[in-house]
Amino acid sequence: MIPSDPQQVKQICFDRINIPHVNQLAIAQKNGAYAFLPTVLQEFESAKIIDEMKISGLRGRGGAGFPTGLKWSFVPRNTGKPTYLLCNADEGEPGTFKDRDIMRFDPHLLIEGMVMAGFALNVRDAYIYVRGEFLHEANVMNEAIREAYAANLLGENILGSGYSMHLTVHRGAGAYICGEETALIESLEGKPGRPRFKPPFPAVEGFYRSPTVVNNVETLASVPAILKHGGAWHAAIGVPNNTGCKIFSVSGHVNNPGNYEVPMGTSLKTLIEEYCGGLQHGTVPKVIIPGGSSTPWLMAEHYDVPLTYDAMAKAGSMLGSGAIIIMDETADVVAFSRRLAHFYAHESCGQCTPCREGTGWIERMMGRIEDGQGSEKDLPVLEQAAKHMAGRTICALADGATAPILSLLQHFPEEVRSRITENRL
Amino acid sequence: MSAVNHQFSEARLAEIAALTKRYPGNRSAVIPVLHMAQEDFGYLSMELQQHVADTLGLRLMQVREVVTFYTMFREQPSGEYRLEVCTNAGCMLNGANELVAHMCETLGIKVGETTPDGLFTLTEVECAGACAGAPVVQVNNVYHEKVTPESMDALITKMRVKE
Repeated sequence: MIPSDPQQVKQICFDRINIPHVNQLAIAQKNGAYAFLPTVLQEFESAKIIDEMKISGLRGRGGAGFPTGLKWSFVPRNTGKPTYLLCNADEGEPGTFKDRDIMRFDPHLLIEGMVMAGFALNVRDAYIYVRGEFLHEANVMNEAIREAYAANLLGENILGSGYSMHLTVHRGAGAYICGEETALIESLEGKPGRPRFKPPFPAVEGFYRSPTVVNNVETLASVPAILKHGGAWHAAIGVPNNTGCKIFSVSGHVNNPGNYEVPMGTSLKTLIEEYCGGLQHGTVPKVIIPGGSSTPWLMAEHYDVPLTYDAMAKAGSMLGSGAIIIMDETADVVAFSRRLAHFYAHESCGQCTPCREGTGWIERMMGRIEDGQGSEKDLPVLEQAAKHMAGRTICALADGATAPILSLLQHFPEEVRSRITENRL
Repeated sequence: MSAVNHQFSEARLAEIAALTKRYPGNRSAVIPVLHMAQEDFGYLSMELQQHVADTLGLRLMQVREVVTFYTMFREQPSGEYRLEVCTNAGCMLNGANELVAHMCETLGIKVGETTPDGLFTLTEVECAGACAGAPVVQVNNVYHEKVTPESMDALITKMRVKE
């Protein structure tokens, strides 16, 4: 159980994660699932829930870190159109694998969070957009949803409250861009996942041009604890403006890669050394990618950085989705950046010229350099191409694509140059 | 193949009818229905795409643009076992490229090819979202994690024996 004393709280979304078979409704309920739902449905009002979410300070866990309560408050009322709730489970940012564990191990936590969010937003139809590859996770979710319907925790007149919500799992089919919320909406409408120009924002005009809230899995899974213990309780966990706990997906050159939920503000070094068993080689990382492959690299001088949105921004990067990729001294940073260049070129949806052309150029130049066909002249062109993409497109994919390239050029120009000259011989 | 082989069963059609009711519009069901079609028939031939369009009341182009946009949809037959190796960030740092090279040798094919017996198709895929288990190989949508050249060989042998 999550302690009611905020100082004692170590984790929120992963509180039940290690309980065997907690994906089954009976076991989940024995461990507190849905216990507070009747109170919310009977005694809470929409405005109170949104207020509690605002007070909690919860920031969206998908990557952007936008305050969840504020996002919910943007949804217009009485438009005559339905409001939709979409759970973004299109977990595709290289390095991110946290939502998968919530869905496959504790699906009822997500369902409960979605019913509470749906109730607050007066939603009748909600969807979980799961990346297509997560077939097992979609199956686990579907089984949990089936059980929830049978127990009247979903469907018509939930627990006699008069509130009705239907929940559908929708699998994507392999497109990174669908994690961008407007691309996700396009995809859920049965189209190619090409991001929409904003505004209008989805809160006003989203799924089928109706008001729509898109929240990440971890964000929605945080809702039950916040409503049970109160927004102020959540705000007292972590550090101001970076409240609560956060799941970090740690991968790369660490001894025990995995998902670790810790209070916000824990230091990166603590996470790596005490939770992840330290580095595979050496004592300090060569590269820290703090928030998924689209975030700028940090160097060893920031090994002690607190894991917060604000501290990461101050250090020159982003907390993103909490996907920490660690490279130790054995890493080939040129080959690594080239691989990511290929990824972004492959995943660009193609509608904006700077991104479609830029990611292709960068991929080809990085390929040349790694293969020993590059020249000194490529370096300024590479940098220029990257800088001409960022901020000039509909969505942030292009900005993300430039991160591994600009970071490589900024921090390891000598490794790039030596690759050019060495392979020439 | 004749068009007769590209018709959904009655049970599937009932499933599709129930599914479309869950969305504000039929078009939303196109990805799930394409998944079903691929599961039932192996790959998405043009006849099958037309059948999906007809089933949902869409134009063929509305189905085509989805099939060609999303990487999980296949317009060509593949081997019975699709071996999809993630070679993105986390997997690359933990031996995915070496694993791919080893698999090419074991199977005697290059990435993107199918073995002559039609058993295995080898591809590289983008981040599978399971980086703690790097390197990750999906075999027909089932995740295998922390795969080594040895464990992969054992798996391939097992799949060959099963035939």
